[in-house]
Amino acid sequence: METAAAQKSTFAFNAENEAKFQALVGKYPTKQAVVLPALWLVIEQQGWVSTDAMDYVARRLEQAPVAVYAVVEFYTMFLTSPPGRHHIQLCHTLTCTMRGCEDLQAQITEETGIGPGEKSEDGLFSFETVECLGSCGTAPMMRMGNRYYENLTREKLARVIRACREERDPAAEDHD
Amino acid sequence: MRYEAVGKKLIGERFDVPDAYTRAGYERDGGYRSLDKLFAMKPEEVIEEVKRSGLRGRGGAGFPAGMKWSFVPKSTDKPKYLCVNADEGEPGTFKDRLILEHDPHALIEGIIICCYAVGIGTAYVYVRGEYDHPIARFQGAVDEAYAAGLLGKNVRGTGRDIDVVVHKGAGAYICGEETGLIESLEGKKGQPRPKPPFPAVVGVFGCPTVVNNVETLAALPWIMNNGGDAYAALGTGKSTGTMLFSISGMVERPGVYETEFGVNLWDFIEKATGGVKDGKKLKAVIPGGSSAPILTADEARAVTLDYESLAAAGTMVGSGAIMVLDEDTCVVKALEVIMRFYAHESCGQCPPCREGTYWLYRLVKRIREGKGRLEDIDLIVSICPDMLGRTVCVLADAAAMPAASYVKKFRHEFEAYVNAEQPPEREIPIGGIDAEWASRL
Repeated sequence: METAAAQKSTFAFNAENEAKFQALVGKYPTKQAVVLPALWLVIEQQGWVSTDAMDYVARRLEQAPVAVYAVVEFYTMFLTSPPGRHHIQLCHTLTCTMRGCEDLQAQITEETGIGPGEKSEDGLFSFETVECLGSCGTAPMMRMGNRYYENLTREKLARVIRACREERDPAAEDHD
Repeated sequence: MRYEAVGKKLIGERFDVPDAYTRAGYERDGGYRSLDKLFAMKPEEVIEEVKRSGLRGRGGAGFPAGMKWSFVPKSTDKPKYLCVNADEGEPGTFKDRLILEHDPHALIEGIIICCYAVGIGTAYVYVRGEYDHPIARFQGAVDEAYAAGLLGKNVRGTGRDIDVVVHKGAGAYICGEETGLIESLEGKKGQPRPKPPFPAVVGVFGCPTVVNNVETLAALPWIMNNGGDAYAALGTGKSTGTMLFSISGMVERPGVYETEFGVNLWDFIEKATGGVKDGKKLKAVIPGGSSAPILTADEARAVTLDYESLAAAGTMVGSGAIMVLDEDTCVVKALEVIMRFYAHESCGQCPPCREGTYWLYRLVKRIREGKGRLEDIDLIVSICPDMLGRTVCVLADAAAMPAASYVKKFRHEFEAYVNAEQPPEREIPIGGIDAEWASRL
C-alpha cells in the first residue's frame, strides 16, 4: 500500500525547462518577475498548474507560496485542473456574439456533450467560453491547442471536432 | 486578416509584403533605414521630433507620446525601462496583432528609437498570452535583430546596449492598463497602482518607465524618416497622422483599415468595409472599443473621425476598435455581453468597480431575460455616476460610460423588454434578433 507521502507527486522542471528557467532568471532584475514565465514553463511541461508546481515555483524563486497561489488565481490562462486533450476556448464577447457564437456554443455542447467549464468523461475535450481574444475581424472564433480557429461556421466546427475524435490534426480542417 | 488603407498608408506600408516579417524582407523594403539618421541625432532632438509629430498613444488613452517620454527624468542613477503594451484586450481591437505578425521589425525599429531617445537599456514586450502565433513571429524577429547587431551590446557601434525581452501575459484585460501591466510584469496580480507617482518616475522595478502601445512605436520609423512636421501635416488639429482601425461586427468585410484622421466616420466605414452586411440598415456604431459610448446611426453619419470630434460627440477614439450594429442587433443583448465582460475583468480592488460592474451586468441580464422592472432601467443610469472617477484606474469608467449611453440612446429597446407580456422565445440575437420579437420593438 502506498503511503500518503508517496502518492504526493513532486513537481520539478525537466532538463529542457530547467535550462529555459535558468535563462529567464538572467532576464529580469527581480526573482518575483520570473513567476509568470516560470508558470508558463509549468504549463508547457504538464498542461496545467498543480499546487505542488506552485510550491515548486515559489521555492525556486524564493517567494512565499501564497504569492504564487494569488497570481495563479488571478489569471484565467493558468488552469488549476488538467484540461481535456483538446481544450476549446470559445470567444463570447460582442463581435463574436453578433456573428453567431451562441449557436456555436450550443453546437459544441451537442457534439461533445459538455457545457462551458466542463470536461468530457473520456478526457478528450474540455470547454470554456472566454472574453475577447483579439480576433473580432474574423469572428466568430475559438482557440484550441495554442491556435486560433477563425471565421468559424457550423461546418468548420463540426469538421474540427470530428478530426479531434478521429485522432487527426484538427488544424488541417481549418479552411472554408 | 484583411488589411487595407483608405488613403494614406503609413503603419501598414508593409502588411502586403509577404516576407516583411523577416529582416531581409523588412530591409529590402526600407526597414531600419531610420537608424543612421537616429544615431546622428542627440537623444533630446529625437524627443523634440516626436513631439513635433503630435503622435498620440494608440492604446486607448491618446496621450502625446513625445510628452510622455519627456517626463522621464534625465539624470537618475536607476536603470530606465520601456514596457511595450501588446496586451491588446479591448474588445473589438485586433490591430497590434497584425503588426506583430506581419511587420514585427517595425516594432523593433520603434523600440530602438524610443530606447535611444529616452536612454533605456531594456524593453519588455508584454504580449497577451493567447497570442501564440504573434509571439512566435515577434520572438523570431527579435532573434534576427540580435544576430544582426541591431539589439544587444553596443548597438551598431553606438556604445548603447538595448535588450528586448518578450513577456507573455496570462489572460487578464486589466494588464493592458499601464500600471496593471507593470504589476503583472513584476510577477504579481495585475492590479493597477494609484497615480501619482506616474510610471515615468516610478514604474517597473521602482525605476523610470515608458509604457507605449505597439502601434505607437511602429509609427516612429516613418516619423524619423520623414520628419515630425510631415507627420503632423497629416490628419487634423491635434489628431495627427494616420491610425489603424479594427472594424468588426455587422459589416460586409471586417478587417483592419488605416486612414488619416479627419474623415467622416460612417463614410470611412462604408468605403473600407462595403457597409452594413447583407444590405441591412445601420443601427449604431461603437467607435473606440467596448469602453466607448455608443453612437446612433445618425450620429455616426454626422461625426468626424478624430480625437476632438469624437470627444465632442461624447465618445472616444480609444483603441480604434469600431464595432457596427445592424438593425437586427439587439442593443440590450449587446450591453449585457459588454457588462459581462467588465464584471469578469474587474480586478476587484476598488469597490465601485467590483460591485458596480457586477450589478450593471445583473441588471441588464435581468431585463434581457424578461424579468426586469422599469425601475431597473433608471437604476442602471443612476449607478453609473457613482462609478466614474472614483477608482484607481478607469475600468469602472469604461463600464459605466457605455452603459449610460446605451440606455439613454436606446431606452425604447430596454422598455420593450420590461413591457413585454412574454419574454422573447429565443435568447435574443444570435447574430440578430428574433424576427417575431423584433416586430414588437
